[in-house]
Amino acid sequence: MAARPVVEVRGLWKSFGDKEALRGVDLKLHDGETLVVLGPSGCGKSVLLKHVIGLMEPDRGSIIVEGRDLSGLSQAELNEIRQKFGMVFQGAALFDSMTVGDNVALPLREHRGMKGERLSALVEEKLELVGLKGISSLRPAELSGGMKKRVALARAIALDPDIILYDEPTTGLDPVMAEQINELIRSTQRKLNASSIVVTHDLHSACFTGDMVALMDEGRIAFYGTTDELTTTENEAVRNFIARGHPAATGAPGGSGAGPACADDPFA
Amino acid sequence: MSNGSMEVEGAPAAGVERPSGFFVTLGGAALDFIREAGAGGILFWRGLLSMGRLPRSLPLVFEQMRRIGVESLPLVIITSIFTGAVTAVQAAYQLREFVPEQYIGTAIYKSVTIELGPVLTALVVGCRVSASIAAELGTMRVTEQVDAMEAMAIDPVRYLAMPRIVAGLIMLPIVTVFADALAIGGGFVVSNASLGISPSTFVNGMKMYFFAGDVFGGLIKAFVFGGIITLMGCLAGFRTSGGAVGVGQAATRAVVASCVLILVSDYVLATLLFKIIFG
Repeated sequence: MAARPVVEVRGLWKSFGDKEALRGVDLKLHDGETLVVLGPSGCGKSVLLKHVIGLMEPDRGSIIVEGRDLSGLSQAELNEIRQKFGMVFQGAALFDSMTVGDNVALPLREHRGMKGERLSALVEEKLELVGLKGISSLRPAELSGGMKKRVALARAIALDPDIILYDEPTTGLDPVMAEQINELIRSTQRKLNASSIVVTHDLHSACFTGDMVALMDEGRIAFYGTTDELTTTENEAVRNFIARGHPAATGAPGGSGAGPACADDPFA
Repeated sequence: MSNGSMEVEGAPAAGVERPSGFFVTLGGAALDFIREAGAGGILFWRGLLSMGRLPRSLPLVFEQMRRIGVESLPLVIITSIFTGAVTAVQAAYQLREFVPEQYIGTAIYKSVTIELGPVLTALVVGCRVSASIAAELGTMRVTEQVDAMEAMAIDPVRYLAMPRIVAGLIMLPIVTVFADALAIGGGFVVSNASLGISPSTFVNGMKMYFFAGDVFGGLIKAFVFGGIITLMGCLAGFRTSGGAVGVGQAATRAVVASCVLILVSDYVLATLLFKIIFG
């Protein structure tokens, strides 16, 4: 799997006031890979993701996307790089003044200059990819949480991006819907052959969607490895994280001792 | 690096006590003012830079023209008619003993076109529009819609702010023309029906001292006020943080800033236009 890195995070530091959100993060996302950034709430995962797409500026360190350092780029150059990305926000971040169709159509209109029948057909195609054909005329307020995330994904893949970023894709969803979103991430990955970064605190989602996992703890990468290595490592931060969220996986008190969270059956 | 981000910075860190005292408060307020003015200047400059893509944004501009101008008309109609009516009553009360009644028409036309029309329209429309823009963009900011736009490589200043500012610059003078006409009409009706001034006397008074510079001067003021209103709304919206409370504060901040800047710039413009240019 490991090929050239499409995104490289080098020594990233970021503070808000006296709170250090990122403390020297180093990470690589390789071509075609799904990297899951796992960690408890407030450990700096979303801040890291916003740095990757240039929504935040680091205090120190750099982000290299396909060989180009984001710092020092002009706005036009940054926008050119951003078109390689698609991003699914935690709260979906759909434009509530627009219909679902217009949400998906916006990047196509703005960057491809598409309009008319051709645009409508492509919007429907993208919505069909996420299993939501025929809802173009609805408003985001009329959708459920899971549907909003799917529309956000349809919008994110509108320009056929090389890299897809997911910020807590399953947060706030019921287990059935969360499972559908996990499936969708996997199937989208297969269909588009895009590289992805999934930020989540959901261990099950991490195991199901990820090729590689990085565990963040207090602004640092405490562990980096495959999903299998995640369950077998003796890394203390990993054991603590798994024990807190999935006591069964470590045989910790309160768990059933039924095996690791990332067993062969990802639904275990 | 961030595109339309106007993030609030410089907030005191939790647990850190700020020194207090009159001069510290004054200094803090001055710094806040300079920071706001700087952010407003940057936003305005970026809005100007994005004008190159105006043709592509015309549908957005037309939509904002409808929201800012057409939807403000009911409020402007009521305000203007009664402003003209009150001006007539007040002018008659103050001038009747000293000047011929035909000057009531002159007084109404002059005060409406130079001052009352543009300023009252700007204040009324400003409160409505700047609060609305700040609330809308503020909600977009706190729900990450602005971030989503930036992530899609769409400049929020170009897509959200510029159409609103252009629409404000176009619509405020147009709405002010309506306001002027309605206010003069209101003054005319009251002068005739209640103060016993004949229509011909009123109209002659208006004609006698008519000067096109008065009307143009008022419309130039309206043009500037349109920019102020929409710029303050966009600035407050983009700088929103802190959820629903933050959105409420942004709307308040936008209205206060718009009203203060309208009144301050009114003085500057009045001096510039009616003392130097048309004086």
